[in-house]
Amino acid sequence: MKILVCISKTPDTTAKIAFKNNNTQFEDAGVQWIINPYDEWYALVRAIELKEKDPSAVLHLITVGGADCDAIIRKALALGGDEAMRIDLETDDAYTIATQIATVAKEGNYDLIFTGKETIDYNGSAIGGMIAAELNIPYISLATQFELNGSEAKVTREIEGGEEVDVVNLPAVISCQKGMAEQRIPNMRGIMAARTKPLKVLNAVATEALTHIVAFELPPAKAGVKLVPADNVEELVRLLHEEAKVI
Amino acid sequence: MSVLIFIDQSEGHIKKASFEAAAYGSALAKQLNTTANALVLGTVSDNLAQLGNYGVSKVYQIQNDNLNHVDALVYAKVISGAVQQLNASVLVFSHNQTGKAVAPSVAIQLKAGLVTGACALPTTDNDFVVKKTVFSGKAFAYVKITSAIKVITINPNSFGMQTAEGSATIEQLTVDVPAPSVKVVATNKVSGEVPLTEADIVVSGGRGLKGPENWGIVEDLAHTLHAATACSRPVADAHWRPHHEHVGQTGVQIAPNLYIAIGISGAIQHLAGVNRSKTIVVINKDPEAPFFKAADYGIVGDAFEVVPKLTAAIKAMQNK
Ligand SMILES: Cc1cc2nc3c(=O)[nH]c(=O)nc-3n(C[C@H](O)[C@H](O)[C@H](O)COP(=O)(O)OP(=O)(O)OC[C@H]3O[C@@H](n4cnc5c(N)ncnc54)[C@H](O)[C@@H]3O)c2cc1C
Ligand SMILES: Nc1ncnc2c1ncn2[C@@H]1O[C@H](COP(=O)(O)O)[C@@H](O)[C@H]1O
Repeated sequence: MKILVCISKTPDTTAKIAFKNNNTQFEDAGVQWIINPYDEWYALVRAIELKEKDPSAVLHLITVGGADCDAIIRKALALGGDEAMRIDLETDDAYTIATQIATVAKEGNYDLIFTGKETIDYNGSAIGGMIAAELNIPYISLATQFELNGSEAKVTREIEGGEEVDVVNLPAVISCQKGMAEQRIPNMRGIMAARTKPLKVLNAVATEALTHIVAFELPPAKAGVKLVPADNVEELVRLLHEEAKVI
Repeated sequence: MSVLIFIDQSEGHIKKASFEAAAYGSALAKQLNTTANALVLGTVSDNLAQLGNYGVSKVYQIQNDNLNHVDALVYAKVISGAVQQLNASVLVFSHNQTGKAVAPSVAIQLKAGLVTGACALPTTDNDFVVKKTVFSGKAFAYVKITSAIKVITINPNSFGMQTAEGSATIEQLTVDVPAPSVKVVATNKVSGEVPLTEADIVVSGGRGLKGPENWGIVEDLAHTLHAATACSRPVADAHWRPHHEHVGQTGVQIAPNLYIAIGISGAIQHLAGVNRSKTIVVINKDPEAPFFKAADYGIVGDAFEVVPKLTAAIKAMQNK
């Protein structure tokens, strides 16, 4: 069993969102970077659990990004995993990221590829489905539970207004969200071990980007809250009905 | 060149978000001086001609038993086949569970640039640039698509249901349908409830409600408003409420017309999932709760007193 987990780096969930260079770039001064929560808490931890159950399993981590991703990748390795790969390329194009990962995945013959449900900065929800299409293998999105049974997996995924249980033959790509696993904190032994685990830096393959971010924008500030006294809920109902026109 | 809108259906019914996608695709087609057509997979009991009311000229339908469940690999191949056959240049999905499952794979099959989570019509005079939400609703990005074919998924409730008067024609389309890549062994729908991502109104409770036994007041208010119920993360983590109700940065992201937050402090990660709501009402006993800064209307007060009174006042208004 060979498992590949896709890891991306995102600003901390409490980071101040601001832009620089004429609103073309994220202002990263003073920002703390974390592993994208969906990748860490759900994709990676579930993969580590699979390896704990079957120690012969091989668990690789992959990220597409610059050298500033190395700290994040080491932190991921401190949680678990045998080795990590970083494809040395900075891009904002999902197609390019997916193509880089798919190229490595094809060569590595992975049985399972886990991604997070989405990155909390770009909110693409795209990379997993793209990798699956490039490899021409099944894709199960928004998974909340995953059970392995030989070369077959039973996956619960979110659908609109409920959930669906699918059975799929491996290889497959799964995008992971809440429910897959419980968040873990790296321990000292893991952190020490991560220092000596291989982190291979790979050259990117040539691709042509299909999208490009030209500018960012912050939403307009809210006008301010209208407070209604607690003993006059009728006034709130009137405002919602007549002013906001939402009820 | 034309715009093709993917119509998502569940058990034969067109999803609400797909009507909005149709309105968006039709407005885009008008902007590009071309026609808007729709594509629906599987068997549908709803009247497809009504898509004409949202500006759609023709609805193409592909019926095959393998299409009654959303299988990302199968859907992607079938939709890509249809796009090629119809020579469409822009493909529009809703950014719902189906869109997220299928659109990225379609983009690869067609080598098309993809923008997910669009929240406005693209500008098309020079470059094709799509506005999308990023940083979980805390900002927007303008993304240029440079490929010949473009794929867009639009955020539910971001464009609106602009209607025209019209009736679409329906045409059956033949595209190779591959064998399923996954086997569906069970489907569990939360019955009788309004699905959270489709709801116009959402009533949400936080830790301020003290325990699961107190959710009656939230449910009564939701029921009165035909609203869906939601909760903050600690509430789901403590199993007071089911996980699918958890909204926020790490939960479901929603953009209803009205979001009523009861006993929720308004942490930044919570706001990230709800700040695209058109109107936000906060009920919290602490006047310093950060949520008031993100709210349109607020009541400083005890939820256990305010919420039942609010429900009664809404009922009184409805009966007038
Ligand atoms: C990486 C990360 C991701 C996260 N993702 C999410 C997420 O997706 N969604 C999410 O919700 N949280 C998320 N959180 C947690 C978030 O930071 C907050 O801890 C959480 O939102 C607080 O939930 P709460 O408002 O229900 O509880 P509290 O913060 O405890 O607030 C309870 C509120 O109820 C009020 N109250 C108490 N009694 C009453 C009463 N009788 N009547 C009226 N009001 C009353 C209090 O004044 C208080 O404001 C995340 C945290 C991290 C670190
Ligand atoms: N640069 C990247 N390197 C590795 N994996 C990534 C990268 N970007 C996104 N991913 C993976 O793809 C998932 C979905 O990302 P996105 O499509 O950007 O929302 C993330 O949760 C990651 O698992």
